[in-house]
Amino acid sequence: MRRAPGRCLLFLLLCAFFLIACSPSETRQPPARTASAAIPVTGDSLVEGTIGEASTLIPILASDSSSHAVAGQIYNGLIKYDKNLKITGDLAESYDISPDGLTITFHLRRGVRWHDGQPFSARDVLYTYRVIIDPKTPTAYAEDFKQVKNISAPDDHTVKVVYAEPFAPALASWGTNILPAHLLEGQDITKSPLARQPVGTGPYRFKEWIAGQKIVLEANPDYFEGRPYIDRYIYRIIPDTSTMYMELKAGAIDLMGLTPVQYARQTANQNFTSRFNKYRYPSSGYLYMGYNLRHPLFGDKRIRQALTAAINKDELIQGVLFGMGQKAHGPIVPGRWAYNPNVKDIAYDPQHAAQLMAQAGWKEKNSDGILVKDGKPFKFTILTNQGNQQRLMTAQIVQQRLRQVGIDVKIRIVEWAAFLKEFINKGNFEVVMLAWSISQDPDMYDIWHSSKTNPGELNFIGYKNPEVDRLLVEGRSTFDLEKRKQAYFRIQEILAEEQPYTFLYVPDALPVVSVRIRGVEPAPAGIGHNQIKWFVPKNEQVYQP
Amino acid sequence: MTTYLLKRILMLIPLMIGITLITFSVIHLAPGEPVEMQMAMNPKVGKEARERLTKFYGLDKPLHEQYFSWVGKLAKLDLGRSFSPDGRPVLDKIKERLPVTISLNLIALILEFGLAIPIGILAATRRDTWLDKGITVFVFVGFAVPTFWLALLLMYFFGVKLGWLPISGLHTLGSDSWGTLRYLGDMAKHLIMPVMVASFGSLAGLSRYMRSAMLNVISQDYITTARAKGLPERVVIYKHALRNALLPLITLLGFSIPGLIGGSVIFETIFAIPGMGQLFYQGVMSRDYPVVMGILVIGAFLTLIGNLIADLCYALADPRIRHGEG
Repeated sequence: MRRAPGRCLLFLLLCAFFLIACSPSETRQPPARTASAAIPVTGDSLVEGTIGEASTLIPILASDSSSHAVAGQIYNGLIKYDKNLKITGDLAESYDISPDGLTITFHLRRGVRWHDGQPFSARDVLYTYRVIIDPKTPTAYAEDFKQVKNISAPDDHTVKVVYAEPFAPALASWGTNILPAHLLEGQDITKSPLARQPVGTGPYRFKEWIAGQKIVLEANPDYFEGRPYIDRYIYRIIPDTSTMYMELKAGAIDLMGLTPVQYARQTANQNFTSRFNKYRYPSSGYLYMGYNLRHPLFGDKRIRQALTAAINKDELIQGVLFGMGQKAHGPIVPGRWAYNPNVKDIAYDPQHAAQLMAQAGWKEKNSDGILVKDGKPFKFTILTNQGNQQRLMTAQIVQQRLRQVGIDVKIRIVEWAAFLKEFINKGNFEVVMLAWSISQDPDMYDIWHSSKTNPGELNFIGYKNPEVDRLLVEGRSTFDLEKRKQAYFRIQEILAEEQPYTFLYVPDALPVVSVRIRGVEPAPAGIGHNQIKWFVPKNEQVYQP
Repeated sequence: MTTYLLKRILMLIPLMIGITLITFSVIHLAPGEPVEMQMAMNPKVGKEARERLTKFYGLDKPLHEQYFSWVGKLAKLDLGRSFSPDGRPVLDKIKERLPVTISLNLIALILEFGLAIPIGILAATRRDTWLDKGITVFVFVGFAVPTFWLALLLMYFFGVKLGWLPISGLHTLGSDSWGTLRYLGDMAKHLIMPVMVASFGSLAGLSRYMRSAMLNVISQDYITTARAKGLPERVVIYKHALRNALLPLITLLGFSIPGLIGGSVIFETIFAIPGMGQLFYQGVMSRDYPVVMGILVIGAFLTLIGNLIADLCYALADPRIRHGEG
């Protein structure tokens, strides 16, 4: 679904529903009816429900997942992640990385045409690069491309990119959607009609966009990987999940992401499962409690470990996600190549927590049962953003568990804009509860490196560890997967020991697809990777052309 | 009458200036910044990208400059460009959402008043009977029921269980290729539930107003006189009493006019109706200053116009006001 390799890297989740897709997977599939022997035929439409409307279909200008989801159907990058989350060619047929890791050469596909019939060439790639780094372009994605020292096109079908130093996330950054130079060159991209009527190279062509209602795409008969079987891909904008769910039940929607309660309780019946296939795999994000390390209370590692030991993560997953998720113990989600499965997590053990607290000097309890040291009770506030029920529930369960070991926790909920400006950017908090949505590339320099602790930067908890700093640089400056793996494995061990965050859980993505749609094949990348192969048998088609 | 009208219109000018000032300061005083909302928590965003966007939106300029540039454009009826990534003119954004909201609200308004007036009269004339009490209970239930809950119940019942009505949105997929009549019929079907839910809530207030106004009028001497003349009750109520009893409702009608362009967020969200409520809400949430200020100014302007119209209607309905102002 959301083919967004280079961009939308580590996004903060505004909302847990955005967690659907770009996700690794394993296990627990429903009985597959998908592998029926029917021969793929063309026709019919697929209607996907989406809670947010795309803002612009020029993807480099968009920062929301809805825009990228739609743009992902219309445009291609030079590379993409395949179903096993390995980087593979897209508009580039292949690519070579020079042994020193400084030069990437992309060999572009021949015969690719834009939806308006113009041929695709290296000129489009150069234009896309130039417009992204143009200081006048209001894009959020320039940073990776600024590392480029030199870019050139030896011929129409080759692009050579030279970097000043080896930079591993560079390859993934070329998953950025390539824009049509012939329609944009010399124009002001912020005023281009392409924002509402995009022209790409992708499997679906833009047909119409009715503001606030729907975006309709139609199959691109000349798509270089073959025409998608399903004629039309329609995004219906339904901002409320309950409404969307009823539309699904009424048959007006074919594909949506369920909430845990919908998945676990409301759809666990024969009537539903005979009409829809449910899928479930870990999403690409995790919820965490981040401690402000500048605060005297959280400077001591033992206290952070104690807090983690006092929290029952299994209970959170059961209570908040109805079991639709798994415990997190580090910043990489299970199923990724960089995920270290051998990290020793701190288990739920209130007694151990009490011991650790005692070691840190919090032994006495006052009349309310709250731990005291030098006459001061142990209390803090968990800050989280408004509008996310799961986060609030999690905070409430945590609050109760911490109370049991003698810690007085308050919960404060703040509207998102104020939350960022007044609290996060100013470092004005004790503990935050937030989630990171993470990219396929494990680079997490911006979140953990000690140079990223200034106001407005993402290491807002103020984590500083020289070894982690070194490993972060090591991990991003080589293309050698083994070396990278070693670096990220070690980082996970250190973070599990130091607990600058209490990593809480990785929710599952819970997409549901009408049984009419055949060919859906869950993989580590989710279900969207082979969308052009999905089809509806002739006798089950609902929508006429 | 003309002087009165002129005076009232001239008074609108300082009011409008005040409105722009307040609108501008309120939104700029709110914590959070538009750039933050788009760029925050994204590791790929450097300091430079933020500065780039801040400059692009003109937020690096001093506040008074920002204000005058905005008001200057406003005077030319240009509401500026949205701060969302599409950067579209605010006017376009409002234009594409206004027709839905206005038609929905208008239908709901007509329905509300059309129902509230007879209900109010009925309750007043049958005061303290079982009918009056029944109506009271019914309208208060309507008042107390949360919109979203009622909407969800109706959707489930009529949409999922019975399958009679579409659940959300405005059109069935594929309806674009149908004939005009079928297309409009489809749209009407989509509007039944939203209109029902939208009017149900405000029925209570309005009908109570109507009831008390009517009771107030009925107890007056001239009604007794009219009855003493031997006029039939129908004429007494509908000809003599109603006209006076309608006065407070005219005020309310005037107040409802700005409401016509403002949609309810909850209700639009639940029915997936792309109206002004959603636009405004999203604007506020993403600190999209031009959109928020644009809608506020239009809303404030319509409030003024609404008040003006209400006053004029008063003057028409009540000769004392007309002559008094001369």
